[in-house]
Formats: sequence, structure tokens, C-alpha cells
Amino acid sequence: MVTDFIWAFIIGGLICVVGQLLLSYTRLTSARILVVFVTAGVILTAIGVYEPLVDLAGAGATVPLMGFGYALAKGAIEGAMENGIFGAVTGGIIATAAGVAAAIVFGYLNALIFKPRTKK
Amino acid sequence: MQDSEKARKYRQRVNEKAPKSHVFMQCVNAFWVGGLICCIGQALNLIGSELLWLDSDDTSAFTSIVLIFLGAFLTGLGVYDKIGSFAGAGSIVPITGFANSIVAPAMEHKYEGYVLGVGAQLFSIAGPVLVYGITTSVIVGLIACIV
Repeated sequence: MVTDFIWAFIIGGLICVVGQLLLSYTRLTSARILVVFVTAGVILTAIGVYEPLVDLAGAGATVPLMGFGYALAKGAIEGAMENGIFGAVTGGIIATAAGVAAAIVFGYLNALIFKPRTKK
Repeated sequence: MQDSEKARKYRQRVNEKAPKSHVFMQCVNAFWVGGLICCIGQALNLIGSELLWLDSDDTSAFTSIVLIFLGAFLTGLGVYDKIGSFAGAGSIVPITGFANSIVAPAMEHKYEGYVLGVGAQLFSIAGPVLVYGITTSVIVGLIACIV
């Protein structure tokens, strides 16, 4: 169990370091980095690279935004296996429905409740 | 010969005077903050599966929901931006950073109203993420149909 946490820390940390290197050495903004990470997560899952990483690192691979791409791709592939083309279209969003709905609802409520701070 | 000697000295002097790159420390901070957020996720996974007896799909949904809530709430409180200025990508890359990217612009643009201000700005960064993520995943699914 302790090793699970250590792997989550190391792999999760390293994925963030990749993001930091992109941020420091390229002209990518944080929005572009998020898009790159999600797309990379989908593609890495599709070619079978990401699944072993999830098995090894658990939350260390699923918590970074690549994990969102992983869930999308896994859902789409499983949907395709079960329901063909229809499943391929619906599978990704079904698999990530909880995260997307939570992000919209909590995002909206928090944006309503709190006032923006003046930047210092 | 003399010229290259001069050039070497010049480069040496420039390297001495130029501000030191902080990239290494940024990476260290991104590493441990990002790793820590993933460990919180790992702890939530454990709570979901061991204490709440959720199956594996529900456990990952539970973890995403709690982390997104924390990211959104801490952004509202103004705490997440402080973490972000210290941790850089360590706070952007985890799913809490995705929540942050939803709340922050929506909050900033509240004065533009509740539809085109809050409602539209919620998706100023999350929108592209969903567009590219969902589009590629559908393509992957369609390829999986053929293969």
C-alpha cells in the first residue's frame, strides 16, 4: 500500500515536470498544455502505453489531465467493443460523465459564490 | 586565435551576469506539489474502495469529483492561485488545475452577466480541452471498431 503512494507520487510528479518543461522552454500557454495533455492521454491509451502506467501508479497516472484522456479513450474503445460505432461515439463521454458534470456544477457554483480577487 | 579567445571570455562573462535560470527549481516544485496532489487522489481511491465499498469505476468517479470540488473551491477562496504561482505546472496538470481553469475565468468575467459572462467563460479553457479530448477519443473508438 505504501509503495502505491510512492509510485503515485513519483509518476504524478514526473508528469507534472513534463508540463513544467513545456511551460518553461516552449511558448505553450497553460491552456495549450492542458489540451496537449488530454490529447496525449487519449493517444497513449490508444496505442497501449498508458494502461500499464495506470496499473503501476494508480492515481499518479489518473489524476493528471492525461488520466482524463485515458478515461475518454478507454470508454470509447470499450464502447466500440460492446456496441460498435454507436458505442465508439458515446463511450468516452459516458466514462467521464461524473468528472465533466462535477466540473461544470462545482465550477459554476464556485464562480457564483466567490468574488474575483484583485491581482496584487 | 585572439578573436576566439575574446569570444570565449565574452560568453563566460555573459553567463556570469545573466540571471540564473530558475527552471530547475520550478521543476522541483512542480514535481513535489504535483506528486502530492496525486497522493491525495490515491488516498481518495483508497477511501472509495475500502471505506465506501465502491467498484473501480465508481471509485475513480468519486476521486475525480472530490478533487474537482477541492480545485474549484480553493480557486474560489484564492488559495489555488497562490499554490499555482509556486508550483507552476504542478498545479496546472492535475485535474484540480482543470477545475481551476473553469472557475478562474468565470469568476473574473462575472460582470459580463450570467450567460455570456459566467456561463460562457466557464469553458474558455475547458472547452478546447473537451473538444480535442472528445474528438480524438471518438476517432480512437471508430478505429477500434475497424481493427
